[in-house]
Amino acid sequence: MLRSLQGLVCRSLKLDHGCALHTAARGGLSSVSSQDVPAENLRAVFHTSESDPAKHTEQHEGRLYNIPLEEVKAVFPHGLPYRFQQQIQTFNEARVMVRKPALELLAYLKGSNFAHPAVRYVIYGERGTGKTMTLCHVVHYCSRQGWLVLHIPDAHLWVKNCKELLQSSYKKDRLDQPLQASVWLKNFKSSNERFLQEIKTQKKYMWGKQESTEEGRPLGEVVEQGLARVRSASDAVGVVLREIKQQSHRGSFRLLVAVDGVNALWGRTSLRKEDKSPVSPEELTLVHNLRKMVRNDWSGGAIVTTLSQTGSLFKPSSAYTPQELLGKEGFDALDPFVPIPVPNYSPGEFESCYGYYLERKWLQHEKAHTEDGKAELRFLSGSNPRQLDRLAGPL
Amino acid sequence: LFSFFFFFFFSVQRKNAGASGPEKYTEAFIKKQIEEFNLGKRHLANMMGEDPETFTQEDIDRAIAYLFPSGLFDKQARPLMKHPTEVFPEQRKIQWGEDGRPFHFLFYTGKQSYYSLMHVSILSPEAARGPLNLAGSRWLTKIELEEMLVEKMSDDDYSRFIRLLEKLVALPCADLEEKYIQKFSKEVPAQLQKVLIEPLQYDERGVAFSTGEGRRKTASATAVVYDNGTGKITVNGIDILHYFPVLQDREQLLFPFQFLGRIGKHDMVCTVSGGGRSAQAGAIRLASAKALRSFVTEKEVEFMRQAGLLTVDPRVKERKKPGQEGPRRKFTWKKR
Repeated sequence: MLRSLQGLVCRSLKLDHGCALHTAARGGLSSVSSQDVPAENLRAVFHTSESDPAKHTEQHEGRLYNIPLEEVKAVFPHGLPYRFQQQIQTFNEARVMVRKPALELLAYLKGSNFAHPAVRYVIYGERGTGKTMTLCHVVHYCSRQGWLVLHIPDAHLWVKNCKELLQSSYKKDRLDQPLQASVWLKNFKSSNERFLQEIKTQKKYMWGKQESTEEGRPLGEVVEQGLARVRSASDAVGVVLREIKQQSHRGSFRLLVAVDGVNALWGRTSLRKEDKSPVSPEELTLVHNLRKMVRNDWSGGAIVTTLSQTGSLFKPSSAYTPQELLGKEGFDALDPFVPIPVPNYSPGEFESCYGYYLERKWLQHEKAHTEDGKAELRFLSGSNPRQLDRLAGPL
Repeated sequence: LFSFFFFFFFSVQRKNAGASGPEKYTEAFIKKQIEEFNLGKRHLANMMGEDPETFTQEDIDRAIAYLFPSGLFDKQARPLMKHPTEVFPEQRKIQWGEDGRPFHFLFYTGKQSYYSLMHVSILSPEAARGPLNLAGSRWLTKIELEEMLVEKMSDDDYSRFIRLLEKLVALPCADLEEKYIQKFSKEVPAQLQKVLIEPLQYDERGVAFSTGEGRRKTASATAVVYDNGTGKITVNGIDILHYFPVLQDREQLLFPFQFLGRIGKHDMVCTVSGGGRSAQAGAIRLASAKALRSFVTEKEVEFMRQAGLLTVDPRVKERKKPGQEGPRRKFTWKKR
């Protein structure tokens, strides 16, 4: 009797705004503890069945949508945060929360005019608030729409901890990073297969003395070349970037440049040359080419970037604004851009995340199911998504 | 004049405890000490510029603490000037006369005061008013009784005496002998009566708030707890998530609110200085618990006190001793 009443309540309130639903349903759910409420009722409150980001609106704010696992493998060979990947493996599903900054970005993207030069968006916020997840949401939307997605998972990986630095054969004073370049090429290939067949090169490229790629060959060949001969992988990356940029404003495809940790491109590196002198970012081929991509001198797409303090070098841990993290050089290079701040969880979003953990039986502690436990979690995590995730782990 | 006073002062001090055998202070000696003490008291009052006639023991203590400041932790190790009866333990006077005959009839039992107590004679039973109310009082302990009688006794004797007192209380005409029984009982003051709880104050917006202060190790904190809040806490102008990145410190801050079940109901603004991160967290915890007392019933305040939320943590850094590397660590022992 109670169950059917609850079901009616949940379904009739389903179309309301997420927050109101949570508070109403919470009252209903907390009266029946743990197991008795059937799964569909719980799902209705925190989840949304809309798995196409194009159709996400404010109605879906605070709710989690599911990305099918095959799509995850296709769209995100790299780029998801490590802890989120572990969560996907544990729960056997990928649920991403729809939040306001992402909805804002999607609205801008939907309304942007692609004849104009590409608009730059910079997602910034404090540590652990969900900037990378917002970026991934946007990347998923764009790949669903059929854009060519150029996703650099973490630019900081290219400016630190590099074991091999080769002198570039193309330009004498630049340094190559074969390992990072080949890893990125492999992932890029797996996510954008069909584009690599469609796009043709417009110039002849020479790889060393004997090998070359003729004009008019599909870009896939360039990528194969980079993967086969690792020494020229960085140059292959540079070629790919340049070709894509030149052909994007023709209109045959839309281009999304998604860079996570863009402040790495203008900071300092922790790499040193053989004579122990520090390497500045311009001397790295990968960084040099990427900087060219992030300039807004091309049209037919968008550039969405994230600032990240976590991997950044020589920056204080309290820095999170664009000015602090990009430095003067980076700020001038990226100016003008649309800043998108990402805050901590709002009360409704917190409820929804907590409800999701409860429903997936991630919170095993008996006190975690009570209202007091929820208030305690909210206090201790400060509504910060990363803190909440770390707190809920041992529980 | 100063050296004169100094001589008095040192003579009033207790002789060192390493002396062999129990001290035997003659009556004449005690009388002399009392005279010296009174004289010294007048000198001290003169030195401090106060009136010698109305110079009380509290004034003496204050004057001595002022003249001889000491940083020792143990209060009993500091310089003291008290009436000789408090300094020298009571001694039994000679209990037999010149002919060798003892004064008390129970002298040959060995414990004359104890057995005289055990044989209490009650006056004629008149109309009794009701049973004695002994709530909030306790019997004297064995040590206190020994001090009173100036006689040693065994545990068995003490328990027999307590049983006697209980029996006396149980008798119907107990209230007549109230005065006699009260000689052997002491009041137990309830802890809470000593502590004042400040009333709530109201700021311009009409929101109730209350302040509290706390200390831990070298850190001191003040906390202002506001009502009708969302659970936001600011420390020195910074959010707690940034000021205390470690979970343990945030749990310490959470404890008073969680104990009272008021986690999301109050806002708090604190200032803290000194100490390290754990000490600051402990200081803020104490300050917030003290501030929360004004919002809460007396019973809950008692619960908080029993939970240890209102107690100042007395642990401080122990001093390093000479001949050792630290407070407890000795130097590495080398066989040769």
